[in-house]
Amino acid sequence: MDIFVQTKNRFSRFLSAFFKKKRSRIGIYGPPNAGKTTLANRIARDWAGDAVGAVSEIPHETRRALRKQDLCISGANGHSITIDIVDTPGVTTKIDYKEFLEYGLDKEEAITRAREATEGVAEAMHWLREDIDGVVYMLDSTSDPFQQVNIMMIGIIESRKLPVIIAANKIDLPDAAPQKIRSAFPQHPVVPISCLEGKNIEELYEQMVHSFR
Amino acid sequence: MLQGVQIDLISQESLENMTSMEKIHLILDKVRQGTIVILEKGLEPDEQSKLIEMTMKEILPDDFNGIEMETYPSREEGSFLSRLIGRHSTSTRLTVIGPANQLKMIKKDKDQISAWISTR
Repeated sequence: MDIFVQTKNRFSRFLSAFFKKKRSRIGIYGPPNAGKTTLANRIARDWAGDAVGAVSEIPHETRRALRKQDLCISGANGHSITIDIVDTPGVTTKIDYKEFLEYGLDKEEAITRAREATEGVAEAMHWLREDIDGVVYMLDSTSDPFQQVNIMMIGIIESRKLPVIIAANKIDLPDAAPQKIRSAFPQHPVVPISCLEGKNIEELYEQMVHSFR
Repeated sequence: MLQGVQIDLISQESLENMTSMEKIHLILDKVRQGTIVILEKGLEPDEQSKLIEMTMKEILPDDFNGIEMETYPSREEGSFLSRLIGRHSTSTRLTVIGPANQLKMIKKDKDQISAWISTR
């Protein structure tokens, strides 16, 4: 990030503190391995200079909701938001420890990971009902967006009247089809991104400033 | 002896007389025993959220892996005027729930859910 942006961020933070702007808790939700922690890390690095959590190709790497507080995100039009980013475990209705054995974990490690993952998902659902002011719903653009868990989660978020942005991640992959996600959820803003490469990430920040103000 | 899978169809009327927690306990108790549950009317979003949370608390290695669930897309209800002023409601529809290790969804569209069920 260049010096101009850093100075702008500092100035925005100063103004936010001065005017005691409301801080919103924004949850990053989505199915396992959609790239939630990669996005949380990118947001934290871009706006605070450090990371939130570890990432890996094994599902359920994030097994506790992780929070990065007091991030001030600025849009091109000068508006800004102050948020806490909550990176949540991937939401699912089933967890079988045997899936983790395929990634080289031994049985004991796999059972522990599965137990922690179940606790994490339960906690994420609880957070959504009690403590979240807005949601970035993360989807893998190479997967079917019509999976029941996605339909259910969007329905739950809508019923709580929370503002939601759908991030169609992994557009750097050849099989990516973000237009499928757009047609699945036409009622919500969909931003195609690549968290890994940083593609379109500025567009996501603009949408966040617009939706979460 | 006849072998197979039990399927319980629960009427809308019966569901309407239950509290959210009664519905969730009924579903999880049946599904944990290997029964496939078909609800004539689906759960409300808040109940779905609690069902996921409770399911996670019930998961045990080599015993219960969680649930598979599929539902018809919900339907918007209300007159044109009520929709215009934002007073419409969403009606949840038929829902199939079963143990994740026995129920596999094959295909779903707005009018049909195809599922494959195995014995334990």
